[in-house]
Amino acid sequence: MFLSMNWISDFVDFTGLDKLELIRQFSLSTAEVENDIFFKGSQLSGVVVAEIKSVEPHPESKKLHLLKVDAGGEELTDVVCGAPNVRVGMKTAFAKVGAKIGDITIEPRPLAGFMSCGMCCSEAEIGISDDNSGIMDITDDIANGTDIKDVYEIDDIVFEVDNKSLTNRPDLWGHYGIAREFAALAGRELKPLDVEELKAYDGLQKVDLKIEDPLCYRYSCLQVENIKRSVSPVNMRIRLYYCGMRGINFLADLTNYLMLEMGQPMHAFDSRKVGKIRIKRFDKPFVFTTLDGVERNIDENTLMICNDNTPVAIAGIMGGLDSEIVEDTTTLTLESATFDAASIRKSTVRLAHRTDASMRYEKSLDPELTDVAIARFLNLLKKYDSGIKVVSALTDEYAYRYPKVELSFDKAFVDRYTGIQIDNDTIVKTLKSLGFGVSLDGDSFDVVVPSWRATKDVTIKADIIEEITRIYGYDNFEVNTTRSPLYPVRPDAVKTDEDKIKDMLVKRFGLHELHSYVWAYADEYKALGIPVEENIRLANATNPNIETIRNSIIPTQLCQVKTNVGYAADFGIFEVGRVVTGMDENNLCVEHKKLAVTLYSKTDDVKTLYLKLRDILAVVTDDIKHKTITFEQAAPTHSYEHPVNLNTVLLDGKELGVMGIVHPEVGKKIDKKAAIVFAEIDMQAFADAENASIVYDEPSKYPPMDYDISVIIPDGVLFADMAKCWLNEGGEILKNVRIVDTYDTPAFHSVTVRFEFSSKERTLSSAEVQEIMDRIVENLKGIEVYLR
Amino acid sequence: MEKIKTIMDEVKQKLSDVTDLGELDKVRVDYLGKKGRVTALLKGMKDLSNEEKKTFGAEVNKLKGFVAQKVDERIAELKQLEIEREIAAMPKFDITAPADLSRGSYHPITLVQRQCEAIFKSMGFTVEDYPEVVTDYECFESVNIPKHHPARDMQDTYYLENGQLLKSQTSAAQNAILRKYGKNLKENGVPIKAIFPGRCFRNEATDASHENTFFQMEGMMVDKDISISNLIFFMKTMLSEVFRRDVKVRLRPGFFPFVEPGFELDINCLICGGEGCSSCKHSGWLELCPCGMIHPNVLREGGIDPDEYTGFAFGLGLTRLAMMKYKIKDIRDLNSGSLKALSQFTDDE
Repeated sequence: MFLSMNWISDFVDFTGLDKLELIRQFSLSTAEVENDIFFKGSQLSGVVVAEIKSVEPHPESKKLHLLKVDAGGEELTDVVCGAPNVRVGMKTAFAKVGAKIGDITIEPRPLAGFMSCGMCCSEAEIGISDDNSGIMDITDDIANGTDIKDVYEIDDIVFEVDNKSLTNRPDLWGHYGIAREFAALAGRELKPLDVEELKAYDGLQKVDLKIEDPLCYRYSCLQVENIKRSVSPVNMRIRLYYCGMRGINFLADLTNYLMLEMGQPMHAFDSRKVGKIRIKRFDKPFVFTTLDGVERNIDENTLMICNDNTPVAIAGIMGGLDSEIVEDTTTLTLESATFDAASIRKSTVRLAHRTDASMRYEKSLDPELTDVAIARFLNLLKKYDSGIKVVSALTDEYAYRYPKVELSFDKAFVDRYTGIQIDNDTIVKTLKSLGFGVSLDGDSFDVVVPSWRATKDVTIKADIIEEITRIYGYDNFEVNTTRSPLYPVRPDAVKTDEDKIKDMLVKRFGLHELHSYVWAYADEYKALGIPVEENIRLANATNPNIETIRNSIIPTQLCQVKTNVGYAADFGIFEVGRVVTGMDENNLCVEHKKLAVTLYSKTDDVKTLYLKLRDILAVVTDDIKHKTITFEQAAPTHSYEHPVNLNTVLLDGKELGVMGIVHPEVGKKIDKKAAIVFAEIDMQAFADAENASIVYDEPSKYPPMDYDISVIIPDGVLFADMAKCWLNEGGEILKNVRIVDTYDTPAFHSVTVRFEFSSKERTLSSAEVQEIMDRIVENLKGIEVYLR
Repeated sequence: MEKIKTIMDEVKQKLSDVTDLGELDKVRVDYLGKKGRVTALLKGMKDLSNEEKKTFGAEVNKLKGFVAQKVDERIAELKQLEIEREIAAMPKFDITAPADLSRGSYHPITLVQRQCEAIFKSMGFTVEDYPEVVTDYECFESVNIPKHHPARDMQDTYYLENGQLLKSQTSAAQNAILRKYGKNLKENGVPIKAIFPGRCFRNEATDASHENTFFQMEGMMVDKDISISNLIFFMKTMLSEVFRRDVKVRLRPGFFPFVEPGFELDINCLICGGEGCSSCKHSGWLELCPCGMIHPNVLREGGIDPDEYTGFAFGLGLTRLAMMKYKIKDIRDLNSGSLKALSQFTDDE
């Protein structure tokens, strides 16, 4: 919303004050002012009112005329002018030689063979409207040669306030409300509005009016006739234009002017079409043509202004075409009303039609405004068109009154909330300047919220704090830390593990952390031949590609691997992100936080890569939990999983997640020559597993003894199977078993296994170790593992 | 005696001829070994008279000492030579060749988030995690945004088929956190101090500066007598720590339903220091985080009596912060999954 300092100055005397500084304060205390402040008229000088004394056609041009202009000097000035509307006796805006319009300085110059010593200007050229159809037609009686800035409010400071920052302030949707803020900030009086005394018309007949729907809070109207004026005063048009509105005609301009001044939207009906005003909704939908000529579908929830049963306007949004003021309108009915804000907002959304009026109504306007706005309207109407005649009494139905808001608090409350000392006098003065009624008894305040703040904005004591502090100025606050007691803070287990895992993956294993979206990327999955699995969907997705919430991060990561093929011959990525795996008994999403890891390699074979991933999971678990993960063969449940080497990852026998190899069909679509393996771990399950504590193992003083055996392992026998053969044989002294060498020929698979023995009490004898090894070798024979 | 002289010369010659320790040992054995030539001289003494034995023996012992000394000297020389050879054999490496910097990387959001977390952890705040799929109650109702509140229009929310939604703001966690820690506040006087970073979602078209998925970090503190003055302190402290400089802040009134009073917090532009530049649209200020005193309705809904307790809350755009910190121009890079873009971020603390 654009605001004119000239307009604001109608209501506050800023003499001696820096207006720009006040605008800055307004931005800090009330609502954000956009950065660009417009200094209207600053680019214009030397333009005067001048009269066209003669008009001669140009001998060679149909468009051009040769004028003699009286610009207040002793002699007439010759001007060549191309405007179509030139006529003798016309007064216009004339840029004299030496005048400046923007970057242009007017100089005498020959134009189509004749000297032109100045320029007659259109309103657009001097920046007071967008009318460029001809030169400005000045109808006011002004002496020739008068600087145009001395008669019209061309010089102005215009600033813009972001509408969003006014959402909660219905009172700031007009200059008068804004002026109240400026007055409070400047410490000056807010002047009362000049209004017409409406009581004078009480004797006249009332308009037939009835509110038939609770969505209309108040409806005030008045009938006026004999309006003669059609063009608005120049200054009014300038203000409207500076504030972003186009001039239309006097009546339309005046309703707009009122709206911009008081924030109260108004509408004028042709009284012939609106004799019996009813405000209601209809049972059935219908089509209604608004004054912009657009046919709109009205449903049963939309509040309408009607002439009996004929709709004439969409309440709070826009009037109808049929009831609009037309040329032969003699009597008009002026509407000034208040409606339910939520209803107007919903209607604008349904109609997809937002207007300057609806924008204001949505904010919960003060119903107390309606009659004042009419009184003000009449005041201005009479001022500019003295012959008008009021033909009805003010007709006013006030169906719903907002409750009066009264709040009581004491100074201790203010002190506690602010953390600083603001004295009672300042509090009283501030609140009074904003229109609050205040009474102070000792340290106790009783406050009456003014009607324009009481529709939703100020309802509780905390709101009063805002009023006091924003005018006090946050820049003036003394800043202090809290005095709260200290207690230890126990970190969240999942978060702690997450941080540790990320560190290990990045720093030890060189993986890259990536982020992705929470939904399945339908198009990218499709390119990899991965169907989007049934899962909960977005109800209002605007893009069908991102409709279904993912149940795993793995397919996302496979897409990311595809994106990064070519980045390097080998890389690994991970993400800690969220998935939805289904619905619970209350139909709520079951959400899990998962760690997903995917490795890609062109240099490692798939086995090496797979075991690398296994090691990553094992090391991470060992490091954080001091425990060993185990694996169990799993059956594939997703199309991207290779059916072989798919394993459930377990910790303490509880499922942590899954690790596997990408299905060749998907893998080939990513990279035919690379190995790709993945794992997904549930973060909550991981965090839930208790950490084993570290038990210090004192190094033995006696020499350890290693015993290697090389064995041939038949197909299908796992290390885990062999481990059972020494599980109960080694006793206290078998400390560790590991593979130290692998030897494969086409004929057999062989490994060298090292058994590490040691004792803390004694030097081991070869005999006792040999005895154990003999038993182990014997056990191994049981699973057909023989010494090589 | 002649022989002794001859041996001495021989030994000198031979020792100077040998070039490695193995050969040298052969020379040593050849003269000093049990069957060596010096030993043989001693053995040949038996035919001499006692007088001669005495003189000759002394000479041979001298010789023995001489040879042993020469051998030791030569050993030391050869060892020295060997080290020198080894040194000479070492080629000079080209350390100017580019280093292998292959290593892992963090997502930039993680780095910025950790930095913010560390600041608040150091001031005794807990870091809370919260789901991404939440209910209307969590995201709106419980934080004073009832149905049909205009604030709901300001956020284009992703709704799910079952009526739940993807949280549009981290404030969705406020109610749960107030409830989680409220008991300890009321019974033991332990203030609620929590931050809750998280991913948020808005149903909007994406471009270089708009994303439908982004990270925020929200924080709050509730206790007796928490004030606006405290809020400004924490904001200023946090932001000064984040940007590692004394950041100037200013508060403007801002409307957010879950706070009252609510503020928009600006910091002086980091690029121009407040002078005005294109980054701050020549205002000298950057709008950074909404904050305010927690609305009494929000406290009440969280089971906390607003007449007894007050609190502040703030929101910080982690995505925005990461973009500012690393000068990332296109917000979409963050979720692009591109390693070219995202593998550049190593530990930043």
